[in-house]
Amino acid sequence: MSFEDWFRQDRLPHIYCAGCGNGTIINCTLAAVSSMGWKKEDTVFVSGIGCSSRAPGYIVTDSLHTTHGRALAFATGVKMANPKLHVVVFTGDGDLAAIGGNHFIHACRRNIDLTVVCMNNQIYGMTGGQGSPTTPRGCVSTTTPYGCTEPAFDLSELAIAAGANYVSRWTSFHVKELEKAIKVGLETPGFSFIEALVQCPTNFGRRNKFRQVADQIEFLKSHSLLKAKRDRLLEQGEPIPEDMYVVGELMRRNRPAMGLPPKETQP
Amino acid sequence: MTSRLEFWQGNIASAEGALAAGCRFFGGYPITPSTEIAEHMAVKLPKRGGVFIQMEDELASIASVIGASWTGARAMTATSGPGFSLMMENIGYAAMTETPCVIVNVQRGGPSTGQPTMAAQGDMMQCRFGSHGDYAIIALCPASVQEMYDLTAKAFNLADKYRVPVFLMADEVIGHMRERIIVPDDVEHTGRPAFVPGTPPFKPGADRIPGFPEFGKGYGTHVTGLTHDERGYPCATNPGLHAALVQRLVDKIESATQELADFDVINPDAEQVFIAYGAPVRTVQQVIHDHPDKTIGFLRIRTVWPFPTHALALFKNSRRFIVPELNLGQIAREIERHAKVPVTSIPKLGGELHTPAELFTEWEAGA
Repeated sequence: MSFEDWFRQDRLPHIYCAGCGNGTIINCTLAAVSSMGWKKEDTVFVSGIGCSSRAPGYIVTDSLHTTHGRALAFATGVKMANPKLHVVVFTGDGDLAAIGGNHFIHACRRNIDLTVVCMNNQIYGMTGGQGSPTTPRGCVSTTTPYGCTEPAFDLSELAIAAGANYVSRWTSFHVKELEKAIKVGLETPGFSFIEALVQCPTNFGRRNKFRQVADQIEFLKSHSLLKAKRDRLLEQGEPIPEDMYVVGELMRRNRPAMGLPPKETQP
Repeated sequence: MTSRLEFWQGNIASAEGALAAGCRFFGGYPITPSTEIAEHMAVKLPKRGGVFIQMEDELASIASVIGASWTGARAMTATSGPGFSLMMENIGYAAMTETPCVIVNVQRGGPSTGQPTMAAQGDMMQCRFGSHGDYAIIALCPASVQEMYDLTAKAFNLADKYRVPVFLMADEVIGHMRERIIVPDDVEHTGRPAFVPGTPPFKPGADRIPGFPEFGKGYGTHVTGLTHDERGYPCATNPGLHAALVQRLVDKIESATQELADFDVINPDAEQVFIAYGAPVRTVQQVIHDHPDKTIGFLRIRTVWPFPTHALALFKNSRRFIVPELNLGQIAREIERHAKVPVTSIPKLGGELHTPAELFTEWEAGA
């Protein structure tokens, strides 16, 4: 089964802007899902509100497009009530880390068997470009017109601290790595969190000196620091360059998880 | 199993009624005076193959209940005023997505933190109108431990049939008091409207209610709180479609008012008629018990929403309705909208019930 078989063709064209990174992430996610050999009727996509959260509407399976910030709480209900279902959550930085921050840390703490793909575009895209909890310091948005003065959340570190079994971060440049990370997330029992930094040319790039879509992708690429390299620098006592996004598999462990499928249905 | 006599607290009776109705999922958060329901479900549900989960707040509680409901499970939560306020957005989501769910509100004094351990009926309008936008719901009000059981079980059938959030609007007095209850052998368990595979998932039947396309069956249903067409696809800028959808959500409940009505008519020839629901029912019953000459009329309502307007006309000689409530006259105002005779509200705040003397004095003043 190709990833294209998972698309709800009659919903196309989608709402995403030209140059948006979300399509890349959906593509990688569906490629990972289709490689799992899951049946469509056993797979549910859940989301909250925002650009990223429109993704389930373009997928043929059962899907729940819920309220702002609450996707993980809805997904918890779906998964706990029917653990045989594979539940994948699409979310964004505003949905997950601002209004949904409490649900995020508690879902990680419970280590509930969900796979969460967060499209982190560092901005509220759908409402027109307001600052989010991941907007980097100094960046301009409609609500940080003089540059963001608040520190940004590191979503992956938050997930690790709160107890998620699997955490990876990549960017929309690293499609192969991202697809592989999502697949590992889908395979890992417990809470899997995959953060994907994405470009938002319409509402982030154009206010922050990224004149071309490619400029922002290039920025994400050049500001990615492989975890292995970061660890090496730490070992050598070298300084970690600032403004870098540590990418790679950041956590893989086997804490007790909730909502696992009954034993007889496990491979 | 045979019917048996028990001596239960109201909240326990509600939890047992839910279990008897086949509730398989409870998502909740501790809050006085409803906590015993969650505690009882935490003990009982896992032993019956169900799921109890204590969520991080009430927003998450109702969200988990809605998620569970889409897998086909009968699902509920229980809360009180502050938690109820937090649930409002997702209650609107349940109304918009036509998700069956049961929400118990053991009402306490508000606003805000108010009186956690005292009874009130201050959330009667909030349960009807609390989420944004137009929609309709069903609300049942128990006045005894027996009714905590019976009406909770009934709430599940109504939620399934009408695909709507159903509220059990109890109060601290009914939730915490203990009295005898006859636990029936069995409770009626009707299902959700059948979904015909291959048809649009939000295409309503003749009764305005669409079949329920349970998740995990391969129907591939997209559920969204956005205004959606019959396929469930977002269609948020079509004025006609939005108007028709919202109108249907309201009409499917309001057109069933007669069928949903649940009330007792006592002394229908009386000129002055008490109307009550929930705990104040008990005080009116005492007044009638003390004055058994059939001159005191009583309309005792169990289904408060949709409000059974037609019941008012059953008191043909009525010249006044007297409405004791543990709020500043929320349902009295609703009655005023429909009554052809004057309506007297007897509000009571503070957490104590009206005394029989207070009610009788009001009745006597108009006699």
